[in-house]
Amino acid sequence: MTGYIVQRFLQLLLLLLVVSLLTFILMRGLLGDPILLILGPDASVDQATIGRMRHELGFDQPLPVQYLDWLEHAATGDFGRSLRTPLSVHDALLSRLPVTLELSIEALTLALLLAVPVGVLAALHPGSRLDVALSALSVTTLSLPNFLLGILLIFVFAVHLRWLPSAGYVPVIQDTGQHFRDMILPVITLAAAYAGSFARFARSRMLDVLSEDYLRTARAKGLPHWLVLRRHAGRNALIPLVTLVGVEMAGLFGGAVVTETVFSLPGVGQLLTDSILGRDLPTVQAIVLFLTVAVVVTSFVVDLAHGMLDPRVRVARG
Amino acid sequence: MARAVAATPAPVVVQPESVRRRPSLQLRAYPQLVIGSAVLMILLLGAGLGPLLVPYGPTDTDFSAALRGPSWAHVLGTDQLGRDSLSRALAGARLSMLVAAGAVVLGLAGGVPLGMISAMRRGWLSDLIMRVMDGILAFPGLILAMAIAFVLGPSVVTVIVALAVVRLPSVARVIRAQASGLGQSDYIESARSVGASPTRIAVVHVLPNVSSTILVLASLGAGAAIFTEASLSFLGAGVPPPTATWGGMLHDAYPYLEKNPWQTFVPGVCIFLAVLACNFIGDGLRDFLDPKERTRRRG
Repeated sequence: MTGYIVQRFLQLLLLLLVVSLLTFILMRGLLGDPILLILGPDASVDQATIGRMRHELGFDQPLPVQYLDWLEHAATGDFGRSLRTPLSVHDALLSRLPVTLELSIEALTLALLLAVPVGVLAALHPGSRLDVALSALSVTTLSLPNFLLGILLIFVFAVHLRWLPSAGYVPVIQDTGQHFRDMILPVITLAAAYAGSFARFARSRMLDVLSEDYLRTARAKGLPHWLVLRRHAGRNALIPLVTLVGVEMAGLFGGAVVTETVFSLPGVGQLLTDSILGRDLPTVQAIVLFLTVAVVVTSFVVDLAHGMLDPRVRVARG
Repeated sequence: MARAVAATPAPVVVQPESVRRRPSLQLRAYPQLVIGSAVLMILLLGAGLGPLLVPYGPTDTDFSAALRGPSWAHVLGTDQLGRDSLSRALAGARLSMLVAAGAVVLGLAGGVPLGMISAMRRGWLSDLIMRVMDGILAFPGLILAMAIAFVLGPSVVTVIVALAVVRLPSVARVIRAQASGLGQSDYIESARSVGASPTRIAVVHVLPNVSSTILVLASLGAGAAIFTEASLSFLGAGVPPPTATWGGMLHDAYPYLEKNPWQTFVPGVCIFLAVLACNFIGDGLRDFLDPKERTRRRG
């Protein structure tokens, strides 16, 4: 196990380096002049001011120096000053983070809670009404962009039926009841696509496992049906679901950006959209790096968990 | 395959009847492919004939008729600036198809060679390509597309580039996996032994064998491109107004959801149908081209 962890950790470091380099190349290297991007196409500013801004923001240094400087600061959480607000990028990001985390975790939990029983039941009764409904529903949710689903939910439950609010946010520790009332629609919006794909995955894994020899053995030695399902089929079928969760993390954060915009939730995604519209380069760069690092680190943790749950994984790869 | 046939010579049975009957049978067995193609054809037809069907331009404003529901004058109603929704939806279809086609072609033009190179030339180049692809794949796709469009300045071309870059690693990985498998096969080995150059092997022997995969990747990629383009425009980070885009129409109509929900549903239904059609065609093609996979997946 130690060898496996060390090997995965080195891969993590390499990937983090590649990601930071790509982010830097994208945000600085691709631009002719970052100052012109910040000012926008319509700005009329004299050369002296541009020169002073360039010096203040460190854009007059050679690119490798800029990269190392930026990486050094970013590693300690210092992303510089926002160009749009008096806040530092670090503080702005930190104040928005809880919303995005709550939204993502709640959506992931809901998706798994829905997907696992439905997927397993569909696998136990292939061709049943539930099975057909599951495949139809998962095709639909995969083709329904989440902003569309969000608007649809708002129309039905907030505008038409007036059961739930269409926007609003209270931290979960401040008022749990109100928090969940506000979050029901956003969480369903974000969870829908993943519930579909998780359920499909659970179904196909379960079907594979049900035809295994060791399951027949378990039945043959007289174990009750539920015990065979729980101990022998369920465990083997559902552990790989952990890896799928890791794979979907990137999509989940991307989806959170859109969901926050639809429901006006003050999260990182909304900050990103606002910063892009406000041409706030340091904030955009910081958010892109931060969310990607979050994805990379989460899949690292997920891989470790998978190795811990399934010894075959760490033997095969480690 | 050739060796297997030689080892067990079987009588060749010609069945002209079954061969003639095959196409119609097959189409009925793949409803996804038929439905997806039909929906896509309608959207393409609408996109192509749009200007002939509607008397209004997609950017013609008429403030006296703003935010109307469907009527004989405006079949799908008007938006907050009095622009005809049908005309804008059709113009949006043109833009979505253009962006999807551009992103798919560009993504394949980059991803297929990268995947083949990394499969056939093991070594530092292959490692470098795959590490960069892993790096790109780690970025949330939508966020990377937003950042690229932001940096390059949003326009039709930069949105196409952004979507193609996001799609690049998936294409390269799938092609690499397929081409690696083929690299072990006997006929590639034979080609190599008679002295065919790596380029010739790649183009003449590997490419035709991954062409069905490319077809599936193209249709699923088109769906993903339409989906992401709509998200970008909805967030205001895509093709800038006044160009009509489905995502942009949704962005404009959303604040009037309570007063005039109709304006939200028009682009919403368009986006859903277009993405669904592409996914249906992709899934259908996969089943059609690889029946083994189909029976396995459906249990």
